Amino acid sequence: MPEQTESAPLLELSKCEQIFRTKRGDVRAVAGVDLEVRPGKVLCLVGESGCGKTTTARAAAGLTRPTAGWVRYKGEDVNTMDSASRQAFREAVQYIHQDPYASLNPVRTVYSTVTAGLRRHKLVKTRTEARAKAAELLELVDLTPAESYLDKYPHQLSGGQRQRVAIARALAMGPQVLIADESTSMLDVSIRVSLLNTLGRLRDDLDVGFLFITHDLAVAKYFAWDGEIAVMYLGEIVEQGPTPQIINDPQHPYTKALISAVCEPDPRLAREKKTVRLRSSEIPSLTALPSGCTFHPRCPLFEPGLCDASAPPLSLINGDARRLACHVVARDHGPARAGAN
Amino acid sequence: MREPILSVRDLSIVYRTGRRTSVTAAQDVSFDLYPGQSMALVGESGCGKTTLGLGLLRLLPRLGQVSKGEIVYRLKDGMSVDITGLAKEELRRFRWHEAAMVFQGAMNSFNPVLRIGEHFTDTLRSHEGEKRRTRAEITARATELLSMVRLEPERVLKSFPHELSGGMKQRILIALALALEPQVLVLDEPTTALDILTQRSIVEQLHELRERLGFAMIFITHDLGLAAELADRVATMYAGRIIEKGSAEDVFYEPRHPYTVGLIKAVPPVIGDLPELSSIAGSPPSLADLPSGCSFHPRCEWAVDACRETVPSLTVLTPRGEDGGHAAACLRAGDIEYTRKVVARA
Repeated sequence: MPEQTESAPLLELSKCEQIFRTKRGDVRAVAGVDLEVRPGKVLCLVGESGCGKTTTARAAAGLTRPTAGWVRYKGEDVNTMDSASRQAFREAVQYIHQDPYASLNPVRTVYSTVTAGLRRHKLVKTRTEARAKAAELLELVDLTPAESYLDKYPHQLSGGQRQRVAIARALAMGPQVLIADESTSMLDVSIRVSLLNTLGRLRDDLDVGFLFITHDLAVAKYFAWDGEIAVMYLGEIVEQGPTPQIINDPQHPYTKALISAVCEPDPRLAREKKTVRLRSSEIPSLTALPSGCTFHPRCPLFEPGLCDASAPPLSLINGDARRLACHVVARDHGPARAGAN
Repeated sequence: MREPILSVRDLSIVYRTGRRTSVTAAQDVSFDLYPGQSMALVGESGCGKTTLGLGLLRLLPRLGQVSKGEIVYRLKDGMSVDITGLAKEELRRFRWHEAAMVFQGAMNSFNPVLRIGEHFTDTLRSHEGEKRRTRAEITARATELLSMVRLEPERVLKSFPHELSGGMKQRILIALALALEPQVLVLDEPTTALDILTQRSIVEQLHELRERLGFAMIFITHDLGLAAELADRVATMYAGRIIEKGSAEDVFYEPRHPYTVGLIKAVPPVIGDLPELSSIAGSPPSLADLPSGCSFHPRCEWAVDACRETVPSLTVLTPRGEDGGHAAACLRAGDIEYTRKVVARA
């Protein structure tokens, strides 16, 4: 694992695997993933729909038990920890869902939603105290004046306001890790950046660590500039490294394709830009994975006999900063060293 | 000087909301679209862009209607017609032949119990002229259209919608819209909800098709990246009005309406340095309760007293190019400067 900061990871996934057993056979949604979330840092998970981003996030939040591997919080396995530690973990790791229209209970007021956890965990004693705490939380997410939002119902709020309420709810427990699953993708551009800036303040001022999931590489670049990006494809991480390196100098052909596919908000750049053409635009089914490197049927660098023969290991390149799983690039980069895998 | 294929003048669209109440979802909209041109209508949710798009084909829901203005198309036979006055039967012959629409949400635009082939049959049959097509002719046309969007016709025609991916469905919708060779194609959020690589392939397909078939295109989007990628001209909408329009270069590099500036400052780029991003303060007004004067004034950092009283009209700033060049509806358009602060170097 690339090591740049001295702070120990809060949340750690190692060899995490999630297999769903279905009538049509086993679906390996997450196939041995190693990730670390550190305080005040962002780990951004990017990839297409169905690549296992959300499944990974759910395992990281302790919502599902991985079929193999571990999820550790402060060094302790979250699936075997005792109930006191489990409760501390539940408070410290909070999840923000994608769709604020679905994640808020329509019959609860903002006050009730935001303080549900506090009341459940008996962290507030009186209603006055709870309301004061709720108001404080709403101010933290820029819903001001907070008093005017406390007694509103979700239907009285816009999408951006709802998502802020969902974030306030997650912050109520004083989390150390926030898992944000496409939390800004349904919002309009202006509201999206204002939410990202709010989350950025939590990251910088409260030292909250983020597992940030998005399919939008421009958002990943903006929010995780000081952090890392991990690119997922069919349940596996194919490239990982510091954000500026991944965005400006991607190595894996899949990462290159993703970055070159982004519509650039600049007409001249958009016209001059060369996009990476894939050999196929269809994603293979998880129930019938291609042999060898699972990306080979789409890969522009595909070499028969090499890429379809064996799966490339996730190996360290560029010193210790980056990990990459590609036979062709690794070969051209010189001898690869064994990775953390 | 070429002639526009579509001229919209002072178009207003209202929705009836009660016995005596209504909201104006599009107000005094004017623009020209030239043959083969591609125009982006950008703006945030609720700004009236979908309403305007539907209005251009008279596809508004029952409670909505054009209250004012004209929508003049120059037809294939050279005649001009204002479609606001067309009767039902005339509209049926106009739609799909002259202008077609690709609706938002490819997932929901198909009848789930009909095969794709039957969608082609239905569309071609209901919009055909005097000459009734045979089944074989329809299949031949559908096959041609589907190969044009790089799908395998034999397989796709026999499939039900649920058997296809989102990207495939979006391509089929585009193929369907092109079935009767319209001169104008209106696309509502053509790539929203698609994966990034699928988005890219749709964008390239639209470039290719437009080059090959020469249709003009209006696409509605909230994604400025898509506008930069696909548009010759860009029109920004806010609270039902077009508040700025111009060539893509004019609007992206020299935006002169504070709202356009705000939108551009809120979009992160993926190439190059990392600029500072900021959001626009406040939230868009309700169309039922618009602020006085310029509807943007409560959120605008450049607003002066006059902005509270006067509704600014779309004024030409630089007359270069078609459709009045670069125009903005802002009293202070001359003072607006756009600069980007960089927070991290690439």
